[in-house]
Amino acid sequence: MLRFVTRRLAMLVLTLLVASFAIYASLSIAPGDPLSVLTGGRTLPPAALATLRARYHLNDPLLVQYWHWLTGALHGDLGTSIALRESVNTLIGERAGVTFELVAYASVLILLFGIGSGLLAGLRRGLVDTSVIAGTTVLAAIPSFVAAIALISFFAVRLGWFPALGAGTGGLDRLWHLTLPAIALALSALAIVARVTRVSVREEMGREHVQTAVSRGLPWHLVIRRHVLRNASIPITTVTGITIASLIALSAVVERAFSLNGLGSALVSAAASKDFAVVQGISLVLVAAFVVTNTIVDLLYAVLDPRVALGSRAE
Amino acid sequence: MSTVPTVPGLSGMVRRRTRGLAGSDKVAVVCLIVIAVALVVAVVGPALAPHDPNASNLNDAFVGPGGGHLLGYDSQGRDLLSRLLAGARTSILGPAAVVVIAVLVGVVLAVVSAWRGGWVDSGISIVMDILFAFPGILLAILAAAVFGPGLTAAALSLAIAYTPYVARVLRSAAVRERAREYIAASEVQGLSAWAICGRHLVPNVTPLIVSQGTLLFGYAMVDLAAISFIGLGVQPPQADWGVMVSTGQAGVLQGYPAESLSAGLCIVAVVVAVNLLGERLAQRNEERR
Repeated sequence: MLRFVTRRLAMLVLTLLVASFAIYASLSIAPGDPLSVLTGGRTLPPAALATLRARYHLNDPLLVQYWHWLTGALHGDLGTSIALRESVNTLIGERAGVTFELVAYASVLILLFGIGSGLLAGLRRGLVDTSVIAGTTVLAAIPSFVAAIALISFFAVRLGWFPALGAGTGGLDRLWHLTLPAIALALSALAIVARVTRVSVREEMGREHVQTAVSRGLPWHLVIRRHVLRNASIPITTVTGITIASLIALSAVVERAFSLNGLGSALVSAAASKDFAVVQGISLVLVAAFVVTNTIVDLLYAVLDPRVALGSRAE
Repeated sequence: MSTVPTVPGLSGMVRRRTRGLAGSDKVAVVCLIVIAVALVVAVVGPALAPHDPNASNLNDAFVGPGGGHLLGYDSQGRDLLSRLLAGARTSILGPAAVVVIAVLVGVVLAVVSAWRGGWVDSGISIVMDILFAFPGILLAILAAAVFGPGLTAAALSLAIAYTPYVARVLRSAAVRERAREYIAASEVQGLSAWAICGRHLVPNVTPLIVSQGTLLFGYAMVDLAAISFIGLGVQPPQADWGVMVSTGQAGVLQGYPAESLSAGLCIVAVVVAVNLLGERLAQRNEERR
């Protein structure tokens, strides 16, 4: 187990290093002189240009620039947004809350309704099962932004139950504002989780040890809890974890649809306006969150199913 | 596979072939029809459009159906049906390109991994593991920052992001195939690695390639449309379903959701059909094994 954890953590560090370099380098080789953004098209005296170059380390080779950026990032300094004249840290700090709350809210919905409906459909054949299958087939195909527009159109504009745009201010108001965005973000992931849950439960119910337990006369709830759910929890945890991790990037789309001031929407506008320091900083944060979540899922998987850590590779 | 006849031979093979996907499966037939219609519209779409998809008359903005305009007008007073038909091109062919590139690269990497094994295999695995760190949408946003917004950069970055998924699934299938005796027999006979892989190994994992590619198309379509929706993919005024959901948003808030919802519905219909078909193909692969 310890070996598995160490190897997984080593891979995590390697991935983060390579990913951070890729993020930094790709934007550095972008066509166009970074100075032209800095000067905003004005012609500056050569002395001023030289000062700017020195301040932004533009004379250094790429690896040295990357090193400056990485050590800065590790010390909690991601540079300055040229367009917004604001430190990237402040920008991220102001916006991370909304994104985190949105993803957390969506995750709760997935855990409750995704796993819930999957269990229901898995344990009960008949109408419940059929309707869950039909429902999730359609829901899984609805892109988050289409769901967002449909929810706004119906629940915000037609019925007026929820606000259409914005994140609200703290507490219950925030919860109320984030309800539609969270549903939009969670919807297709929820359907996928429900389907996997249903199939895993069904598969376990058909196993011989479950049949044996039933025929020995064990109470139904004990059979379900000890034999079906414990084994089914392995694939369910993995898929739930992976889908929740995928929400981190997807939140950018939902934030745009609902005009939320989160990390994702800031990343999109920074990408459109070529504000590279912001793009680098937010990408790094999002990739790190995504990779760390995935690592946690992997470790959980090994905890639930010790065979994974014992075997050399999870095949 | 209980319907496979007990007498082996040609008749059995023929029946198995014709039984195919569409044999008795009504859902699969409907899916295939939806996909075929979508493909035809994607190829000849603009020619089918009853009006110029870009001709706008602001006086007609949000006007409902009528007078030769089956679905009415959008926020700019353009014919909605024509825009949906014209928008099919980028909305369908874009993801198709993503899938083709990801599958080609993924298959090559998988076969090379399985064939060479050893450090080549480990090296490719590590690179793929690192690529997993970039969700497709995030990679596309980065690409848009570097190269400017556009369909090409978005499609290429999605293809890169999807490659590890294809490579991982196909690698294990190729490894299993590589261990089969017929491969060893061909090697003993002196066939080149290229010939064995090209004529035997890849054709034998083709059903898996097809089912993976089909499922991938659903994801590619959703992600690509999402990138166009956030303004970093296909650029307006060009018609594209993702763009239309976005440009229609102003109308949604004023109580005219037709543009956004009809484009969204087109996406959902195609994705549902593709997903159902992909699931059926994948299920058939499982049964065949």
